[in-house]
Formats: sequence, C-alpha cells, structure tokens
Amino acid sequence: MQAQEEINTTTPVAGTVLAETAVKGKGMSVRNLNAYYGNYLAVKDVNMDMEPNKVTALIGPSGCGKSTLIRTLNRMHEVTPGSPRVEGEVSIDGQNIYAAGIDPVRVRRLIGMVFQKPNPFPTMSISENVLAGIKLNGGRIGRKEGLEIVEQSLRQAALWDEVKDRLSRSGASLSGGQQQRLCIARTIAVQPEIVLMDEPCSALDPIATLKIENLIEELKSQYTIVIVTHNMQQASRVSDYTAFMLATDGPGHLIEFGPTSRIFTKPTEKRTEDYITGRFG
Amino acid sequence: MESQNTLRRTNALEVTGKNSAIERARFATRRVVNLIMAGLVGLAALLAVGLLLVILYYVVQRGFESFFVRADGTTGPFNFNFFTATPSEGGIGPAILGTLIVVGLGALIAIPIGVLAGVYLSEYGRGRFAFAVRFIADMLTGLPSIIVGVFVATLLVRNTFGHYSGLAGGIALAIIMAPIIARTVEEVLKLVPNALREASLALGVPQWKTIVKVVLPSAISGIITGVVLSIARAAGETAPLLLTILGIENYNGNNFIGRLNPMVPVGSLPTTIYTNAGYPPNEVFRISSAWGASLILITIILIFSLLARWATRGKKVR
Amino acid sequence: MAVSLDPRQVGTPKPRLNPGEGRSGADAIFRGLTYFSGFAIILLLVAVAMVLLFYSSEAIQKFGLSFISSDTWDASVDNKFGAWQFIFGTLTTSLIALLLATPIAVGASLYISEYAPRWLATPVSFVIELLAAVPSVIFGFWALAVVVPIMYNVPNVKGAGPQGVMPFLHDLFKGWPVLGDIFGRITGSGRGYFTAGIVLAIMILPTIMSISREIIKTVPPLQKEGMLALGATKWETINKAVLPYARGGIIGGVGLGLGRALGETMAVTMVIGGSVSAVGKGNLFTTGHTMASLVATQFNDAKAGLNLSAVVAVGLVLLLISAIINAGSRLLVHFTAPDNASLRN
Repeated sequence: MQAQEEINTTTPVAGTVLAETAVKGKGMSVRNLNAYYGNYLAVKDVNMDMEPNKVTALIGPSGCGKSTLIRTLNRMHEVTPGSPRVEGEVSIDGQNIYAAGIDPVRVRRLIGMVFQKPNPFPTMSISENVLAGIKLNGGRIGRKEGLEIVEQSLRQAALWDEVKDRLSRSGASLSGGQQQRLCIARTIAVQPEIVLMDEPCSALDPIATLKIENLIEELKSQYTIVIVTHNMQQASRVSDYTAFMLATDGPGHLIEFGPTSRIFTKPTEKRTEDYITGRFG
Repeated sequence: MESQNTLRRTNALEVTGKNSAIERARFATRRVVNLIMAGLVGLAALLAVGLLLVILYYVVQRGFESFFVRADGTTGPFNFNFFTATPSEGGIGPAILGTLIVVGLGALIAIPIGVLAGVYLSEYGRGRFAFAVRFIADMLTGLPSIIVGVFVATLLVRNTFGHYSGLAGGIALAIIMAPIIARTVEEVLKLVPNALREASLALGVPQWKTIVKVVLPSAISGIITGVVLSIARAAGETAPLLLTILGIENYNGNNFIGRLNPMVPVGSLPTTIYTNAGYPPNEVFRISSAWGASLILITIILIFSLLARWATRGKKVR
Repeated sequence: MAVSLDPRQVGTPKPRLNPGEGRSGADAIFRGLTYFSGFAIILLLVAVAMVLLFYSSEAIQKFGLSFISSDTWDASVDNKFGAWQFIFGTLTTSLIALLLATPIAVGASLYISEYAPRWLATPVSFVIELLAAVPSVIFGFWALAVVVPIMYNVPNVKGAGPQGVMPFLHDLFKGWPVLGDIFGRITGSGRGYFTAGIVLAIMILPTIMSISREIIKTVPPLQKEGMLALGATKWETINKAVLPYARGGIIGGVGLGLGRALGETMAVTMVIGGSVSAVGKGNLFTTGHTMASLVATQFNDAKAGLNLSAVVAVGLVLLLISAIINAGSRLLVHFTAPDNASLRN
C-alpha cells in the first residue's frame, strides 16, 4: 500500500484561510476486526489504516458489510439490535477504542457520524441542532460563543449563507440536501478527530450530492473522513484511498485497499477490476 | 345450430319464463330483508347516540338548575357559593377541593412511576422481564377499581394510618393511573424514529441523556395526552375513594393550607354524588347538589378528554 | 467568506478517551430507575393478590368451598357467610347486559363502518366514545332519576296501580312456566337485577363498540366487493363476508365488555337495591347485590375478623373471575386480529 504521499502538508483550499495551527485530523488503524450479530459473522478480519486528513472510501455491492464496518469505527455497531459484538482493534492515536474500560460515549465524541438519511432533531431549531452535540454533553457556552460556533460550523458545512436569516426555524424545515449539511455542521461542531459518513448522499438529488462532495473536499483539510458509498464514481471523485469489500459466500471482507487512483486504474485483484468496470455489482 | 337455439331458449326462460316469478319473489324478500337490517342497524346507532344525549341533557339541565338552589332547598339567584361553601351554606366546596387534592396526589405519584416504567418498556426492556411488566400492566388496567380500594383500605386505612385519609385515596388513584400511563408512554415512545436516537448517540450523548433530552421531548404531546386522559378517568372513580377517604362534607381547617391536609378524611365530587343520590326526593338541596356535582364532574372530564384528543389529532412524529 | 476562527480553538474542552472510566454512572442510575419502576408494576399486582389472599384466608379456612355455594350472609346473628347470591347477582346482571348490549353495539358498529356517510361516521363514533368517559357514579345517579321510574312508578292519582316496564312484563308473563318466575314479584320499587342489567348494558356499549369497529374496519374490501359483484345485497355481504371475518374480534370485544361489566361498581350499587337476604332467587325483579356492590357497601362497616375476611373473600372471587375473563378476551382479540390492527386496549 503506498500511503506515503502528503501526510503532513495541508493543501489550502479555495475560500478558507486556516489559522496558523497544527491541529488536524488523526489517523485510524483497524486490526483484525470481526463484527458479529450474535453468532453470525458479518465482517471478517479487516486490516486497514485511515490516513489523517485524507478521505477513505469503502465501496462494494449491497450487503458486503461496508455499513457494518463503518459503524464499528465509532462503536455504533453495538447499539444496533441483534446482539452485536466486535472482536479486534480499532485504534486512534495508538489507543484501542475497544479496550476494556473505554466508555463508548467518549469514543463517539471523538469520532462523529453522518447518516444515510438526514436526521436533524425536529424539536430543535437550526442553531439548536448545530449546538446539540455540545449542549447535550453538558458543555456550557455563552450566547456569544454559541453564535460563533454556529456560524463557523455552518460555514464549514457550506450552509451558512442559505440559513443565516432563519437560524431559529425548525431543523426539519430545510430541504433534504440542506438537512444533510446541517447534520454535517452538527457533527463537526463538537470537533471530532474523524468524521464517518454512511452513504451521505444516497437520499439526495444530484445537485445536493455535488454540493456535499465539494464539502468533503474542503472538510478533509481539517478532519479525517471515512465514507461509505455505493456510487463508484463518487468514490473516485472524492476519496484519496479506497477499500473494496465483498461478501460472496460468507462474511464481508476486504478484497483490496489502496490509493484511489491506483484502485481505479490498476487494481491488483481481478474481483476489484470486475466491480470497477461494472461487470457485476 | 341446434345447441344455440337451446341456449337462447334457456336464457329466454330465465328472463321471461316460468322461473322468473319465483326469482322475482325471492329477490323481493332479499331486498326487504336488506332494508329491514339497514333500518335496524341505523336504529342501533341512533339508540347509542340517543342514550348519551339523554344522559347529557339531564345532567346539564338539572345540574345547571342546581346552581340556583340554596341550602334550604328554595330557589334563588345564581348561587356562586355553590363552588366554595359547605353544604350548610349551600355549596359543595369541600367536595371540589377534595377531588383536586386526591386526583392531584394520585397524579403526583403515578406520573413519575408510569413514565419511567413506560421508558423502561420502550427503551431498555427486552426479554422476559419486559414481557412480564407489559403483561401485568395490561392486567392492572383491567382490575376492578373496587379491588384497588380494598387493597389500599386494608393496608393503609385499617392498618398503617388507622383512619381514612386523602392520601390513601390518592394512592388508590395512583395505582389505577400508573399502568395506563406506562403503556401509553411505551406506545408513544415506540413511534419516535430510531434515526433520532442514533443521531444523538453518534454525537457522543449517553443513552440516558438521549432519552431524556431527545426522545421524550419529541414524544411529549402524546405523553401529555396519555397523562391527561388517565387523570380524566381517575377523576370519575368512586369505588376506591368510598373505601379510603370517607367522603366528608366540610372543610378540614379554617385556612387554605389547613384544608389541603391529605392525612385526614376529605370529600370528593363522586362520593358526594353517591351519598346525596341516596336521599329521598324531599331533601331538595341534597338531590340538587348531586346534580350540580355531576355537572361539574362531567364538565371537567369532558374538557380533559376533548383537549387530549384534540391536541393529538392528525399529529404524527416525523 | 473567510473563516476567522478555527472552531477548534473556541472554548469547548477537547474530547479525550480517558481509559479506565468505563460507562458513565448517570447512565446506570437512570437505567436502574426505569427498571425499578417496571418492577414496581409487577410488585403492585403481587401485593394486591397477596393482601387479598391474606385477609380472606380466615373466611376461606372457615367455610372452604361452601363459601362459594352458600347463599347465607349473616353478619349480625350467626356470623355465617356465603358468596353465592353475589356471584349469582354479578353473573345475572352481566348476562342481561351482554344480551342487551351486544346486538346494539354490533349494529351501531356496522352502521358506522358500513352504512353511514363519511361526514356522519366520525361525529357518531366520537359521541359514543364520550359515553365511555362518563363516570359510573353519574350513570348510577341518572339511572336512579330516570331509569328506575321508567321501570316502576306509582302515579300520584288516587287508586292507581304501579306502572312501568316491570309491571308490564310481570303481567305479560304471569303464570308462564319459566318466564313467570323470572319476571316475578316486584320488590324494591324499580330497583333490582333487571334494572342493574339494563344500566350495565348502556355502560358497556362503548367498550364492545370500540373493538368491533376496529375489527370491522379491517375486513378487506376485496371480499365485500367480491360478494357484491356476485349480486348480493348489502346486508348479505355483511352477513356472509364481514361478520364471519370479524367474528373473533367481536367476541373478544364482547369479552372485554363482560370484563368491564363484572367490575362495575357504582352504577350497579345504586340501582340494584342492596339486599343480602337471597329471597326470590331467579327473580329478576327483586333486589340483591353483585360481588362489587357488596364489597362497596359492606367493607367500611365490616367488623374486623371473620366479617371483614368474608367481604375481602368476595372481592377475591371477583378478582379471579374478572382476571380470567379479561386475559381470555385479550388473548382472543390478539389471536384473531390481523397483525396490523392495534386492538390492544
């Protein structure tokens, strides 16, 4: 796996001026990860490394386990029904999030998630939604500070201009694409290290999808992003690294992992090549 | 050729031939039966509706009239005292206050327990313990209220406290209300989409906070409806109160705080109705105040029920 | 559109993993509270059963099974107690109520679901639901004022005899073999088992109707259309396609109505006359008690000891009977209802 290029430099992205800071996203490493529902093995023996400040895409046909895998990365797998269980290690900063004595709640404050279907809190306004992660965790912020956070997060999510005049309106009053960007704003408002996205565009129209893809490109300068997508073109547009999974006869497992440019032009596995070229899936 | 003619002849027979007379007669009977049944069915509905209207009519008319009756049985101008004074001064004030005390106590006890149990059933409960809780809650809602009265009376009135009290009545009502609230809360919470819980958990919010600050608020209107409906039901319960509060007629103290004392016997609207209804017709004030109490009680219950249903008509949690 | 602040430098604390902390204590406390409340519900039923059993044990031990079959209830002289007349009273009044209420309830439900125009169906069913909200004691009071005089009244005219439904029925069936005894000598001036049954019937109408209406609504339109297309009349469609399909649910609704009738206390107490002398068994026009009305009237003055124990024992019998009927009806509705109907009360 060639993962050496561009680890420690930040690429200035049009429209943002970064403060002079070394605060960036972290990397994540997955070792021997197995995910179960009761006795049923859904994902088998995954080993991979997510590079910091890069976008890693998980692709594969339906049912290959990519959604299950991404949910193990922030310990959300264990809240799905069906006796979920995880074996193996997922480490961030050298720390295994599945080690004994680690509170999964804390893990989720470090690793955020955006879901397939936008789910803003319907009883909260737009600004309340953005601040929800902070407020619900008991964070005490003054009104001025809160407004600053709301503006920053909404700007980062490319939503500020569209909603700045109606921040007190309900979160549910926006269009699908706007709701999803609101959820992204909400997720990044708590300053996670890593942002996971589980098919964030599959419920959106092409224009909204394009906006979010541009957003991902901007966000990666500050966060490490892992995205599940069933759309190969999206993966090739948006990601730096791609992992291809399959679940033919048995649990889902990793077929190939590498830089996106190589996966899509010179895959080493034939099955990868078949999937990329549309011969199946 | 020949078969075709036979066919045509058969058809002609059916339409104009001998059989048609019987057929037409049979069909006529069927139509008559149909009409009769339609009539009976309509009559049944009319009867059901009519009964309620008749009951309401009596209660409203005689109840309203009772507001003009004075303590000695004579009629006069509108008696505002009716709502605050004691019977000797022409009112049922203690009964109204008693109902407020007893229902208020019941709600105070039943709401926390009921809501928490409902949260348990919806958010945490899996497996046999949850099944048992649910099943028993359903059974409790069908318990005859007189049995609840016996339970509280033997435990608290005959034994622990040793005397009738508003508190015992409140506890009896709480026992009736809690299972209803628990099941209602469970049903309403189950309607909250899972996506909301996941969104909150993914933000790193612990489960208990997710429930308290995200799930419960989205279901709040349904919860309030359930609570209000169970309060409306408790307000009309008589049997358990009969055994626990004694149903007195006068106030328990001279000032407002003293009258709120729950540790002594109190009155209530339903027990007042029951007691006064048993008097002969020449006790004019007693009979008329029973009607007045009925009107007040039914008004409270109907307002609560209507409010609760109106607040959630057509409302769905998205 | 320059970003002036790195959001990570705004003053919220940076999240840390803090190994060794485990799950937060607040989660466990809250969870424990909800478990405890669920447990309290179970504890409640257990407590009620235990208290009833404990207090009725004295009477049960003294009289054994004869408690159920004996119809003597003597608290003053002999201290002998038997519950049969009250069991009889409960069953009789409930039976009358069911016989009267079921056809009306089913008919009215059919009307709302099948015959009524849309604009009428909603207000009508709404009105009938209101009937369910009227408290029992108001029913009883109204019945005392309105129904009892209809049953029996003596006009204030010189030499006039009693009039009303009860004298009418009594004279109609006088001398008949069975019915003559059922509609026998009138005591109680209009109160009694018959009147109580009628009042109960009115009260359980909405109970039976709510279930029936739900289940009638779930009959697939395809079945009805099939019959109509075959040339059936509306009534025949209902008789042959709707009712058989809905039968299980309707029976369940009737069962729940029965369950409610068994436990009804106040209205029955007010119109049944309250006599413990078991005279004129089988005669609907005499006064008596049901289990519920007996407990309601005798509990407060019962002397501690055997007397109180006997009263509680009557309550226990009532509890058992109504629990069985209620559980049975729920199961019936559950198993005969289609999966999408939310028929649990």
